[in-house]
Amino acid sequence: MNRLRKSEILLAVLFPLPLFLGIGGAYGQDSLALAPVAKVTAVDTPNDGGGSITVDWEVSPDEAAGKVTTYHIFRASEGGEFQLLGEVSSGVTKYVDEGTRDGTKYIYAVQAIGKEGKSALTKSSPVWSRGQWFNTQRTNMLLVLLVISAAILLYIRKARAGGKLFIRKIAGLDAVDEAVGRATEMGKPVLFIPGIMDMDDIQTIAGMTILGRVARKTADYETTLRVPVCRSVVMSVAQEVVKEAYLDAGRPDAYDANKINYLTDDQFGYAAGVDGIMLREKPAAIFLMGHFFAESLILAETGFSIGAIQIAGTAEISQLPFFITACDYTLIGEELFAASAYLSGEPRLLGSLKGQDVGKAIFMAIIILGVILENLGYHFLTALMTTG
Amino acid sequence: MRRQIPLAITLVVGLVMVVQYFVPHKPVGNLYDLFNTWAIVIFAFAIVLGVGNLIKIHGDRIYRLERGWGYSVLLLLGLTVMIITGIGWGIEPGTSFFYLYWHLYVPMSSTMFALLAFFIASASYRAFRARNFEAFLLLISAVLVMLGRVPMGKALWGQFPVIADWIMKVPNTAGQRAIMIGIALGVVSTSLRIILGIERAHLGGE
Amino acid sequence: MGMGKKLSQIDRRIIFLVIGLAVALPLLFPIGLQIRVSEPAQRMYKAIDQLPPGSKVLISFDYDPTTMPELYPMNIALVRHCFAKDLKVIGMALWPTGVPLGEEAFEIAAKDYGKSYGQDYVNLGYKAGDIVLISNLGKSIPQQFPIDFRGTPLEELPIMKGVRSLKNIDLVIDLSAGFPGIVEWTMIAGGRHHVKVGGGCTAVSAPSYYPYLQSKQIVGLLGGMKGAAEYETLMNARGAAAGGMDAQSIAHLVIILFIFIGNLFMFLGNKGKA
Repeated sequence: MNRLRKSEILLAVLFPLPLFLGIGGAYGQDSLALAPVAKVTAVDTPNDGGGSITVDWEVSPDEAAGKVTTYHIFRASEGGEFQLLGEVSSGVTKYVDEGTRDGTKYIYAVQAIGKEGKSALTKSSPVWSRGQWFNTQRTNMLLVLLVISAAILLYIRKARAGGKLFIRKIAGLDAVDEAVGRATEMGKPVLFIPGIMDMDDIQTIAGMTILGRVARKTADYETTLRVPVCRSVVMSVAQEVVKEAYLDAGRPDAYDANKINYLTDDQFGYAAGVDGIMLREKPAAIFLMGHFFAESLILAETGFSIGAIQIAGTAEISQLPFFITACDYTLIGEELFAASAYLSGEPRLLGSLKGQDVGKAIFMAIIILGVILENLGYHFLTALMTTG
Repeated sequence: MRRQIPLAITLVVGLVMVVQYFVPHKPVGNLYDLFNTWAIVIFAFAIVLGVGNLIKIHGDRIYRLERGWGYSVLLLLGLTVMIITGIGWGIEPGTSFFYLYWHLYVPMSSTMFALLAFFIASASYRAFRARNFEAFLLLISAVLVMLGRVPMGKALWGQFPVIADWIMKVPNTAGQRAIMIGIALGVVSTSLRIILGIERAHLGGE
Repeated sequence: MGMGKKLSQIDRRIIFLVIGLAVALPLLFPIGLQIRVSEPAQRMYKAIDQLPPGSKVLISFDYDPTTMPELYPMNIALVRHCFAKDLKVIGMALWPTGVPLGEEAFEIAAKDYGKSYGQDYVNLGYKAGDIVLISNLGKSIPQQFPIDFRGTPLEELPIMKGVRSLKNIDLVIDLSAGFPGIVEWTMIAGGRHHVKVGGGCTAVSAPSYYPYLQSKQIVGLLGGMKGAAEYETLMNARGAAAGGMDAQSIAHLVIILFIFIGNLFMFLGNKGKA
């Protein structure tokens, strides 16, 4: 007890010492040359998983005169001392503290710093962070998702019930049979190139679904199918897809895993490898279905030079012009995703396409309405469509 | 069962990924990053599958002395040399791996990329023919943009760059947006079909 | 086969030869054509120019040696501009091949402007993770890059003082040759963490970024060698890109000439048939 008392006395004596000595440190009570920041507000950062508090303040009145260079942001746990958290340049009025412990109360303080000195600390009220269960900034996205999904599911149901669905002709997909048939007649192989991205890319998945359909046809026609790939996982998936298709067609004996092989992960190394296969094996039909980048034209022009019938499909917009100029048929963007449904003719898959069209109609209506409203000076629809 | 288990995993993971977009609270909110990290690890390890396949196919080709087996020897030699120099002496500037990278890999890759200049010329020569009205429009806009994007165009006529900028900013952006919206809807629809197990062709079945 | 049709199918090798000459000759004998600055490049320049001194700029070198002719000159020009404005530049890469290229650009520009490593610029190097990495940088930069490219712990670098996450970055510039690139930075850093994003890309991919430009999701854009040449013009320093524009001009003219010849022969062929 005695010891404690002694230490308390010592603290009481020493505490004001810095003030007398003029070494105020972070508190900056000594040379308060600048006007303090007007108001500091600290709130739990909204719509996040917790662990973050956002601090806002109004600039020091001295900022207009150009006296403020930076702001220092301090933090103290309730009852604890203020510690420097970070600094931002003048003009900035916001700081996000990403290192808070959820549920712990903190007080924030902001101090203006300039060449002439600093301001006093302006403190916030106590605040604590917590995680949110719903990101309200994404309510609009949830609504859109629900509406589109509902439309797709509705039409899938309708199709399952036997409703008749119209689907427009996609020339590139109608030509799949012709291409495989031609390769068969000429006794030459079919080459399938599933893009250069991995299995986490939806375009590669779409490419795999088309490979399944093409493999089924090559199995029926007894034509060699070559699938050189750029990624190991894609190789495994492609082998599985082709194997299953050959099993389905009742021709497991015709399946050759060596025809679906890995070349390299390197973009242009892969392009060189595939070009080599084209020039050596002279396939009569080439499918380029998936996510392509700069190698697209290198592949498609080489394919053209050997006289193969070429059907390409990608959702990589910058590569579409190249495919359109060098290939016989090109599936543009969404057509790549529709291909599997179109080729299978299965009602449930076709139904989903119809639902997609409903989504498109909704978007078109919103866009037209948005353009009209914006031109009339009403911005609420634009604000409604903005996500966080 | 061979089909059901992958379909069940797809359904659960797919739905969780949709939910995490709207729910930031832990542990749901962290799942996107977590799953993506897993994917990166899986893809990194899967390289073994690819290299194994490469060695098997080219090993077979050499063993059977098939046509062009010499190239297979070269390929396996390149693979071995790069792996040994990389693991043995590091990949920093100054190492033999770095030397091979700069003086073999870089020029070879650049050569492949440079082929584009030639292929663009031959493809546009062939494709830009005014066969009908649409093709005529395509041809005219291509020529205008090509002229407007280079200093020579400005030297010929000051308005070429202005027209090219307008084509890029207005019709190009409008078209790109339309395609982007279509693609986004296609992605939603395809994802839904896969999550619900309606689309199974990627699992090798109807 | 009619004369017109025959002529309309010029041997590809002739086209290749002429294009080869059209590119090579102007590189050997430069013409020095004047370069006009486009609006997207102007916007990129302005975005950097109006940042107050001391602002933090993050440049991600997401390209490789194959796209070096297009992206490296703009890398140098952008770093030079940042140094001229006394901005603090933090370099990193989502592509492993981009690190040495960014490092070289830093060294060249730092020498010109007398900037020192660790104080005015830093190269954090490469880290795998693509989109996930960008997302994690939004939470903490030191956690993702505990040490820089040269092995120095981040806390020992004065430039990293006060830089906890992407939220402390005033502008992200992405030099993008594909995936991951501008779209990913725009989506995560711009969309989720509300940081300004701008960048440069290959000429081929530039049209697909125009929608982002128009909606102001990106602050500016340099498209290919032309974009780099425009930036060099804005900086009043003619560099490698401006030199390359002569070759590109002649190559474009040659392609247009081929298109014209193709159409002429097609027209003659059709007339012959009629």
